This record gives sequence, structure tokens and C-alpha cells, in this order.
Amino acid sequence: MIIGITARAEGTSAPVEQRFGRAPYFVFVDTETGKSESIKNPLVDAAGGVGPRAVQMLAEHGATVVITGQVGGNAAKALEAGGIKAYAYRGSGSVADALAEHTAGNLQPLPLA
Amino acid sequence: MKIAIASGKGGTGKSTVAANLAFTLARSREVALVDCDVEEPNLHLFFPGSAVDIPVTTPVPEVDLARCTFCGECGKFCRFGALSVIKDRVILFPELCHSCGGCSLVCPQGAVGEVPRTVGRVACSCPLPALTLISGVLNEGEVQAPAVIRAAKLLAQGHPLTLYDASPGIACPVIETLEGSDACVLVTESTPFGLHDLRLAAEVAERVGIPAGVVINRSDGQDEATLDFCRERGLPVLMTIPFSREIAAVQNRGGLICRDLPGWEDRFAALFDGIVKIAGVSR
Repeated sequence: MIIGITARAEGTSAPVEQRFGRAPYFVFVDTETGKSESIKNPLVDAAGGVGPRAVQMLAEHGATVVITGQVGGNAAKALEAGGIKAYAYRGSGSVADALAEHTAGNLQPLPLA
Repeated sequence: MKIAIASGKGGTGKSTVAANLAFTLARSREVALVDCDVEEPNLHLFFPGSAVDIPVTTPVPEVDLARCTFCGECGKFCRFGALSVIKDRVILFPELCHSCGGCSLVCPQGAVGEVPRTVGRVACSCPLPALTLISGVLNEGEVQAPAVIRAAKLLAQGHPLTLYDASPGIACPVIETLEGSDACVLVTESTPFGLHDLRLAAEVAERVGIPAGVVINRSDGQDEATLDFCRERGLPVLMTIPFSREIAAVQNRGGLICRDLPGWEDRFAALFDGIVKIAGVSR
């Protein structure tokens, strides 16, 4: 399973970003191999409609779960359509911390469309 | 002749100038007044009456799923996020679509067609014998203000004298309004914010290549900074409306100062003469 986490910088030690579509980075972690890949978000300064476009990027990277602070209406609709589950991490920890919380089953699913 | 009334800043009295100028001019000739502030049209408040509505549509994509291979090209192309391809689904957000038509051009399968979608309306009325009021109204939550402005302006085509009331700011809707105008009136107030936004608006008028003049509204008599700026930029100050309780009272009840206060009809007629002069066209 590939999990996408919104982050402020590259790598799993980067702090989690609360915003979804305008997160500076997406860190993709493959839970089977433990490998991670950081992608710089090209949508940070886009004019609008970043939610659905960010979801398309997640889907292209094979993510089936996303961990972030919150998602907007359009993003929620796109996540729902793509069958991507979203979990809320509201803490100030790192990507690794958020992953650990998710593995422990402590994260609440974000309501989608 | 087409005159645009713009202001960098909201709440400076743009609609006041447009409504009073239109009323004054309609005493002696045919005038079309176009409310291009489609997100918040308000000229109808000065001129109540029944209107005829014409819907404004704009093309949005429609995907033929029999042809679509979910390659994702359309979604990658759309910078507004109106189309997203997620796995084996294409999700449309029609309200984000700017109708550029790019998705149908990039689709290798020719699977993207276009269907019309209503984004607003144009309301037409004749509140005075010589005045035609055309108000563009953008539906809530829609982004395509320029499409509604275009439709409103199109409906006013053929009128010998047309006034366009632009929206505040200097974004796309204002450029769309200025397009094709012979002259532009920039309404400002003599505050630091007013001057800042006047500077931006003057620059836009210059870039679009439209001669402009300035109306200072709510003047407290200390307009030096604004006057200096206008002199520097060669912008004639066409009119100054003082800050007065009397004028505010007329405004508050939705009245027209050129109709309700003595002397103002002449002053708005003089404003028109000034505009004609800067436009350099014969009336």
C-alpha cells in the first residue's frame, strides 16, 4: 500500500503540512518496502482548482491512502471518486510520526463528499 | 462612443458616477448603461423596473466514455482542475472550467466534446425613455465573469453612446470591460488606499491603450497627493465630488444627486464634455 502524506519538506522527517492541495511536498511511502519518495508539489502557487489536481497526482503515484490536515470540497469529491482514503493528522509531528499514528490506528478518517 | 467607468478600489463611488452620468445624458440622448460588475451588479438599484432576462452559457467539456482511454492528458492540461482523471474515472468540476477548450484539443481519442452550461444572465430594462440598462449577473460560485461581461456588452452593441460600469480592482473582468472602450473614467478617493489603487488602475488603462481621466469622490478638499499623481501621469481631473452630508443622504436612499440636488446635472454634463475631449472622438 502506498500512503501519500502532505509535508513541508522532503523526506519522512519533514513536518506534516495541514493543507492538502497547496502542501509544498507530497511524501509517498510504500508500507511494504518501507521506501519513500518525495515529490515537490507544482500546484503550490496555482490559481485555483488545486484539490482535484493534487488528487490526480496522488492517483498517478499509486497512493490509496492520504494523510493530511484537511481537504476541501472538490478534493474530497475527487478522493472519493478515486477510492483514496483520507486520514486527518492534526499534530505538529513529522511524516514518520503521522505514519506511526496511522499504523497504530489512531487517525480519524476525513469525511469525503 | 463607449465610456468605461472603473476604479482600482471598491466603494469609491463608481456606480454613483455611472448612474448619475447616465441619468444626465439620458435627458438629451439615447444612452445604454451596462453594469459590468457582474459579481455584484447594483445599477438596477438606482433604476428600478422590470427586466427581461437572457441566460448566458459557456461551453464545458463532456467526455465520451466509450472513447476515453483514461490516459489523463486532459486532466494534466487543465490548469484549473476542472477535469481530473483518477484511475478509471474522469471527474468533471464544471464550475472550475474556464471554457478554454484545451481539453478537447489535447485528447488523443477525440473523446472530449463540449456542452453549454448556464453561468449567469443578462437583465435588460428601460427605466427611462432614453435609457437602456443592461446588467450582467454572474451566478454565485461561478468563475466566468468575462463571459457574462462579453454577453452584456454584446447586447449593448449598436447604441451610439454606451457607458460601462466596471467591477472594482484590476483583474480579468476589468480588462474585459475596458476592451473596446474609447475612454475610461477612473473614480478614486483621496486616501492613501485610493491613490494606491488609482495608480494600478491608471496603469491598466494605459496598457490597454485607453485615454483616461479621473473623478475624485468624497473629497475633503485635501487632494494634493492625488492631484500631484494625476499631473505627473498626465491624467486630467474631470470632476471632484466633495464629501458632504447632503450628498451622502441622497446616496443613502438610493437617489441620484444629479436629479435631487441643484447644479449637479450641469456638473455631470460637464464631466461628459471632459470625457469627450480626452477620448478625442466627435460625439
